[in-house]
Amino acid sequence: MNGRATTVEKARPREGPGVALLAIAAWAVPGAAHFWLGRRQKGLIFFFALTLMFAIGLWLEGRLFPFEPSQPLVALAAVADAGLGVPYVIAKAAGLGAGRIIAATYEYGNAFLIVAGLLNFLVILDAYDIALGRK
Amino acid sequence: MSHVLLLVLFAFLVSVVFAVLMRDDPREQLRTGGLFFGGFVGAALLIGWLMYPLPL
Repeated sequence: MNGRATTVEKARPREGPGVALLAIAAWAVPGAAHFWLGRRQKGLIFFFALTLMFAIGLWLEGRLFPFEPSQPLVALAAVADAGLGVPYVIAKAAGLGAGRIIAATYEYGNAFLIVAGLLNFLVILDAYDIALGRK
Repeated sequence: MSHVLLLVLFAFLVSVVFAVLMRDDPREQLRTGGLFFGGFVGAALLIGWLMYPLPL
C-alpha cells in the first residue's frame, strides 16, 4: 500500500444526509450544504456573498424574470434567478423584483440577480462533489 | 450610484465566490481571488477603453 487514495476510494459517498436532500438544502439556502458538510467557513462566505448579490440586484431595480417559454432568453434568465432558492421565493412573494426598465441601474440589477443564481448552481455542484467524496 | 463602483463591487463578490469554490487553503483563496478581481476589473477597463471611440 502506498497510502494514496485511488479514484474509486475518493468517489465513495459520505455517510449522513442523503445527497438529494443536501442538494435541495444547497439550492434553498446558499452555502447551507457546505455548512452541513462541515465546511462552515465556505458555507458562511457563500451565504453572505450570494445573498448580498441578490439583495443588491433587487436594490438596483433589477427584474426577477417570469418563466416565459415563448421567450427563451427570458425563460433562461428566470431559471438563473430561481437558482437562489428561498431568497428568490421570498422576493417573489413580497412582490419585489418587478424591475424598472427606465432605471439607470436596471441592467446592473439584472446582472447581479442572474449571476447570484448561476453562482449558486456552481455552489450546489461543489457541495454534491464534496458529498460524494470527490473533493 | 457610480457605475465603476458597481462594477468593482460585482467583480469583488464574484471573485470571492470563485476563489472559495476553487481553493481550500486561505492563502491560495486570497491569491486566486485577487487574480480574478484584477482580471475582471482590468478587462472591463480595457474593453471600455477600446469601445470608447465607437459611436453608440
